[in-house]
Amino acid sequence: MSSPETASERTVRHAFGNVLAFFVLLLIGVLAFSIRLFSVIKYESVIHEFDPYFNYRVTQFLTKNGIYDFWNWFDDRTWYPLGRVIGGTVYPGLTLTAGTLWWVLHSLNIPLSVETVCVFTAPTFSAFASWATYLLTKEVKGPGAGLAAATLLGMVPSYISRSVAGSYDNEAVAIFALIFTFFLYIKTLNTGSLFYATLNAISYFYMVCSWGGYTFIINLIPIHVLLCIVTGRYSSRLYIAYAPLVVLGTLLAALVPVVGFNAVMTSEHFASFLVFIILHVVALVYYIKGILSPRMFKVAVTLVLSIGLAVCCAVISILIAVVASSPTKGWSGRSLSLLDPTYASKYIPIIASVSEHQPPAWPSYFMDINVLAFLVPAGIIACFLPLSDASSFAVLYIVTSVYFSGVMVRLMLVLAPAACIMSGIALSEAFDALTGSIKFQLLGFSTENSQVGVGDASPDNAPAQKNAVKSDASENTLKDRTSRKNKKKEKERGKEEQGGQSSLQSQIKMRLQVLPLESSIIGVFLLIMLGAFYVVHCVWAAAEAYSAPSIVLTSHSQNGLHVFDDFREAYAWLRHNTEVDDKVASWWDYGYQTTAMANRTVIVDNNTWNNTHIATVGTAMSSPEKAAWEIFNSLDVKYVLVVFGGLVGYPSDDINKFLWMVRIGGGVFPHIKEPDYLRDGQYRIDSQATPTMLNCLMYKLSYYRFVDADGKGFDRVRQTEIGKKHFKLTHFEEVFTTHHWMVRIYKLKPPKNRIRGKAKKSKSKASSISSSKKSTKIKKNPWL
Amino acid sequence: MARSIGDDVLALFHSLRSAYAATPKNLKIIDLYVAFAVSTALIQVVYMAMVGSFPFNSFLSGVLSCVGTAVLAVCLRIQVNKENKEFKDLPPERAYADFILCNLVLHLVIMNFLG
Repeated sequence: MSSPETASERTVRHAFGNVLAFFVLLLIGVLAFSIRLFSVIKYESVIHEFDPYFNYRVTQFLTKNGIYDFWNWFDDRTWYPLGRVIGGTVYPGLTLTAGTLWWVLHSLNIPLSVETVCVFTAPTFSAFASWATYLLTKEVKGPGAGLAAATLLGMVPSYISRSVAGSYDNEAVAIFALIFTFFLYIKTLNTGSLFYATLNAISYFYMVCSWGGYTFIINLIPIHVLLCIVTGRYSSRLYIAYAPLVVLGTLLAALVPVVGFNAVMTSEHFASFLVFIILHVVALVYYIKGILSPRMFKVAVTLVLSIGLAVCCAVISILIAVVASSPTKGWSGRSLSLLDPTYASKYIPIIASVSEHQPPAWPSYFMDINVLAFLVPAGIIACFLPLSDASSFAVLYIVTSVYFSGVMVRLMLVLAPAACIMSGIALSEAFDALTGSIKFQLLGFSTENSQVGVGDASPDNAPAQKNAVKSDASENTLKDRTSRKNKKKEKERGKEEQGGQSSLQSQIKMRLQVLPLESSIIGVFLLIMLGAFYVVHCVWAAAEAYSAPSIVLTSHSQNGLHVFDDFREAYAWLRHNTEVDDKVASWWDYGYQTTAMANRTVIVDNNTWNNTHIATVGTAMSSPEKAAWEIFNSLDVKYVLVVFGGLVGYPSDDINKFLWMVRIGGGVFPHIKEPDYLRDGQYRIDSQATPTMLNCLMYKLSYYRFVDADGKGFDRVRQTEIGKKHFKLTHFEEVFTTHHWMVRIYKLKPPKNRIRGKAKKSKSKASSISSSKKSTKIKKNPWL
Repeated sequence: MARSIGDDVLALFHSLRSAYAATPKNLKIIDLYVAFAVSTALIQVVYMAMVGSFPFNSFLSGVLSCVGTAVLAVCLRIQVNKENKEFKDLPPERAYADFILCNLVLHLVIMNFLG
């Protein structure tokens, strides 16, 4: 087909293609970086949300105190009075990456602050992630598909949502590590080089350091290996790709303190060990098959099966006994909630309460991956023509990630790279077919000439064809143990003839695949329009939907832009007007921000590792004032912080989260009963609310003096007037309310010095009555 | 019936032995190394069963280092085996260099994890 082209012309064309690909990749990196800068432009360079504040605080500690203190850090300013072992419970990848970046920049005398480095880590690594997608898709299909997939990943809204400038969270570097690990695995599978297997293990180590989602890798790769074995694609490259990864990977995963011995003891890793054993068995079988005659092989198989079956049954029964003895069969709560979507709502309300752990609604698929949603099936079909190890891996990846994205909205993020790879493949194949037919139609006359030339050569090819057929047959009848020289000679001859044959065949195939000229041109135009719609949607999503820092809110009114900076106002007040050792109690959402910005000790924070502690705070918020005061006093709390959105209409305030406080508190302390707070099955705060609701601490702290704000006490979020309007606080005093009443801080009143006579007598009477009641009452409030 | 099975088993062992004797010497050395590594791992497991697994990280690193070198040696054997068609244009020096590199990484990790 390329007969008129000389070798030098071909190298020039390849060189030109490579340079073009390099510049396109550079542009893709710049695009991926800049599309994530909307929040910096619209608001400011600030860390977003809740979790990033914790990572930011840890990074500050790392840059100030060095790495040894970081590994051994015990944090006593959170989860008071329990504290938290930071070194052993945090995934260090993100903070170490940002810390290294900061250190490198400082040693080059570029004085960027830690906050700037943290804010811009995510866009930088998303540029790296799109380059990694290019490499991965190049291994699966080719460089054209790679460039398409890299462009799509640079802009896909699902990935943008977790990696905008300021979203300093684990996924920012973890997605890059995920794609890069997969790329190295596929590269090892395609080349069989032990060097890439080593790099693969090191990249897997980086992934384990970065994110708890590393279990996805260590379960997907064994499933793929099993698939290859079962479909008869076992080769020695598969062994080299998988076996060193398991051994090195398990060791490296055990090195990370968060994972530790879980790397060998939890069920999440058992799949890799099982497939490791299966792979060795299969490798041994193939080896023995290679050195024995077929009859002897059959004898060996029967012998091994009869002995092996007995041993297997014994081992499996022991394993089942060990695994069944643990109540969760060895799986952690989060993994179980992935496998059984209803598990969390039944057993672990904390996991069920996080909004990111809810299943996604259908529209969120079109919001998050847009056009890719219907390019993915085309990509799956393209992967099957022809099916290779790498393309079977891509298909497996997309299928599993679609299932998991249906369980949790947060895992749409894992679906995004798979969808981009598939869509890149689909787009590339489509463009190939369409532009190929355009080229064929327009330059049709030149190919006619070359075809005549090949036709003349075909009589020469015919006897060569017969020889090729003979040599094929002779190869089949020979056994594997022939001399290597003969085999090589026959192979070379066969290749030459088959080369001439295949070019003729490919030409015939090309002719059959050609589409009419007009439809090809319209097809190319429509595909480009599709890309344009995708780009428009992605830019809109990045600018409007995913760039809100959620610590600063804005609204547009007739007077222009109105900024709500209440959170930082409240934390700054705490920082400047309280003692350093004062404890602040709030719902766990605000824990990270309070420790990072206000620098005060908190009771519970977003790590949510201790359900009982959170339930204690939830019980306190749901109890009447005196009971709540007792609980908070026992925890040495000085200040209580509540978030209230009723004046401005901020919907994510504590009254809307109140149902979780009741549920989690009621899960541990049975005297909190959810029906006490419900009227007709709903939480209400208007005049129809239950007395328990109107007396609980959360209601009182949220609506204290609310009537003074607008005269009627109209709650803009719940759209009603509140039930109890005029009341006084007996055990708390208000110390600060922010400008838009969004954050309200209260101080615990100290206990009275003297108890007056009447109160003393009634108190002693009450204690004697309550002691006699102890025997009759089963459920007693442990705090009174 | 039983005699034919016994004869078959004997014939099987004979053919296995003769086929294995025909492998080149360098592959046999690698196989010996693999057998040594696996037996060391088994000795460590038996020792752990007798004495208890207290510094679990030491046990884990010891066993996994033996298993790891065995696996890497098998990979080397695959790549150096001249009968393997997939690796016929890979020079054995390159295979050996990869083997050394991977072993270096493995033992660095082991030393770190040994405690």
